Amino acid sequence: MRWLWLDRILELDKAKRCVAIRNVTAAEDVLHDHFAAGKTNDTHGFNGGPTGCAPGTEHPAYPVMPNSLIIEGYAQTAGILTGHANDFKEKVILAKIGKAQFTGVAAVPGTTIRHTAEITHLDDRGSSTKGTIELLDPADPSAEPKPLATIEMMFSHIDQNMQGLEFPEENFVFTDQFMDLLARSGVQ
Amino acid sequence: MSLSDEEIFEKVQEVLEEALGVDDDEVTPEATIGEDLGAESIDYLDISFRLEKAFDIKIGESEMFDPNVLSNEEYAQDGVVTEAGIAALREKMPHADLDSFASDPQVDKLGDVFTVDMVCKFVKSKIS
Repeated sequence: MRWLWLDRILELDKAKRCVAIRNVTAAEDVLHDHFAAGKTNDTHGFNGGPTGCAPGTEHPAYPVMPNSLIIEGYAQTAGILTGHANDFKEKVILAKIGKAQFTGVAAVPGTTIRHTAEITHLDDRGSSTKGTIELLDPADPSAEPKPLATIEMMFSHIDQNMQGLEFPEENFVFTDQFMDLLARSGVQ
Repeated sequence: MSLSDEEIFEKVQEVLEEALGVDDDEVTPEATIGEDLGAESIDYLDISFRLEKAFDIKIGESEMFDPNVLSNEEYAQDGVVTEAGIAALREKMPHADLDSFASDPQVDKLGDVFTVDMVCKFVKSKIS
């Protein structure tokens, strides 16, 4: 498996905005542990799935993309936006998640997660971004995307900010897999 | 931009609430950014970005607060800031009240200087 949480970049407006998508597929191992079928907690029950289950009962499998990995997808979207602003000369790392507020809509297999990141501040030291994460349902393509989360995230240019530390010359953040993603999305 | 001290404080308070996730009653003029409000190193960059936006100013790296001045051996020895170090801090951070720090200049107490009031004074010096 590759640590690539985006399938395609739809828009990349230099130093302003990036929109990317990630399809959720049942082939991903992580979804089968999150959440596997089993017995519910004796006191709290299980709130996953369309109906939820009472405490102490058996619940069916409920595969859903973990929010932490959805945040990683946004980080890659906003990280590419920040790196692209300086033609990928800086090594851009996630510095701070200022806010990640989820609405409770579930990213189940067969849906598409759409990340929209905008730069609110950019200078030599790094960037601040804010954005939205939405869910698209191919079964209802004309429907409005469902809001999934709102995010605020900061990135640091590590060569500028980690005083006294030296990093390898090559840009180990923006590896070939990200460059390939940009190329096949037609936005390089 | 012409703002009263009170207006500056209110905007600084808002910036710190957003950057650090603290309540407005915690952001008093005497509160220290690190110890009292819980800022970690990357938060200082976040605060700097947000102040630039809120007040339409440009803040240079380490302009507001520069603890690295003490990495110079002439300025800090055996955990204590030297007189030359105090002078360097006064020069680099004229907005900081260093008088009480200078009476017991332990390096690890330098964070006590970085208060909400110091941020307000720094902003005032930048916009005036």
